[in-house]
Amino acid sequence: MNIPKFMGYRRENGRVAIRNHVIILSVDDISNAAVESVANNIKGTLAIPHPYGRLQFGADLELFWRIIIGAGSNPNVAAAVVIGIEPGWTDLVVEGIAKTGKPVAGFSIERNGDLKTIEAASRKAMEFMQLAGEHQKTECSFDELYVTVKCGESDTTSGLASNPTVGNMIDKIVEMGATASFGETTEITGGEMIAKERAATPEIGEKFYRAWNEYNDFINANKTDDLSDSQPTKGNIIGGLTTIEEKALGNIQKIGKKSRYVGVLEPAQAPPGKGLWFMNTSSAAAEAVTLWMASGAVLHVFPTGQGNVIGNPIEPVIKLSANPITCKTMSEHIDLDVSGILQGKLTLDQAGDQLIELMQRTCNGRLSAAEVLGHREFVITKLYRSA
Amino acid sequence: MIHFLVHAKDDSVGVAAVDLKAGEKLTGLVMDTQESIEIEAAMDIPLGHKIALVEMKPGDTVIKYGHDIGQVVADIKKGQHVHIHNLKTKRW
Repeated sequence: MNIPKFMGYRRENGRVAIRNHVIILSVDDISNAAVESVANNIKGTLAIPHPYGRLQFGADLELFWRIIIGAGSNPNVAAAVVIGIEPGWTDLVVEGIAKTGKPVAGFSIERNGDLKTIEAASRKAMEFMQLAGEHQKTECSFDELYVTVKCGESDTTSGLASNPTVGNMIDKIVEMGATASFGETTEITGGEMIAKERAATPEIGEKFYRAWNEYNDFINANKTDDLSDSQPTKGNIIGGLTTIEEKALGNIQKIGKKSRYVGVLEPAQAPPGKGLWFMNTSSAAAEAVTLWMASGAVLHVFPTGQGNVIGNPIEPVIKLSANPITCKTMSEHIDLDVSGILQGKLTLDQAGDQLIELMQRTCNGRLSAAEVLGHREFVITKLYRSA
Repeated sequence: MIHFLVHAKDDSVGVAAVDLKAGEKLTGLVMDTQESIEIEAAMDIPLGHKIALVEMKPGDTVIKYGHDIGQVVADIKKGQHVHIHNLKTKRW
């Protein structure tokens, strides 16, 4: 088997990266102004502001830490400057990221004010930026990659062509020894028994089924209308989808025909080994990709029908579509046009190879459409109200 | 010219890759085997919608992607449009 190689970055902990960002990371909502100022002072750094981080508690707080520490720990981050209002939680984030061995420094605003904090953090960010510029690219291989997949704004062309193209790629890279993850727990409804059977063992299938059931119960407990009328959606029906089973099967095409998932991950949990993993995620694109980014994924592949425009600041998002109208009217968002499948001009196997080649180029440094357009959606999944 | 696509060899429906016209002689492509099949459109079927590849009776299971996508609730002839008027989920 020919395992593609690429020039990437190998981090202190051995993990492989395809980008070399210095991030300025907020611990909480009220530190965003300082974070933005530092990123403005030091060119080439990447600000990661967000709206949460105060008075969260319990499982919601644990998930928040996984996301924030996970963002700083992602291999695509060369170094991180962390800014929070007070030193306790700021240090907690710094210590979490420091476990990767990468350079990280924390600054807290209390007793300093924004201006002194910005100056001190800017000087550290400058040092990190110059340090990161000297990191040399080295030959890496596809079996060292961690890739995630999720679709959005799906239509019949997704189930026909773009999702099966992703599935073809997943079957190939998992066989090469790569790590991959899929999720979208609620979108599997209608195909949950098939997803359960795709587990490597019955125990893993049961674990998936419990996660699916728990999410389904949560939706049933909180819904304000009858979802049986909204799945498939009116738009799905106009597009030709008839039943929820059919819609879910179109979604599950993304995991290919052969691959079996070897475990079930909590949201933002790093996979403990290679192979294909199910992660319990929302089906909202930016929330789900942020969870995978926080779990250490370095590249996301996103098939779309009608044209979703999502990106992520740390995990580059590649988009493909088989809808010729979307590829024409939203060409700046689509990295790979696989509409030839619908005309019988391109086989799924060829499309899968084209996708792998594009992934290789992206790993080598080609910027994805979402990166060039500045799509940096960093969206924290929140489980419930803050105290 | 490919008029419709079939996901898996044993599927009982295909998906229109272009708008199909009644009486048109159609060529379909089975995606997992790359075999082609011929069929005549019994009615107009829009792009993205399903066409019956076999005759089906109420209670039969419709197969797409090699899997059960619901049950037949009205007679379906080969070449006819398969949608909410003759196919229902088994869920509710």
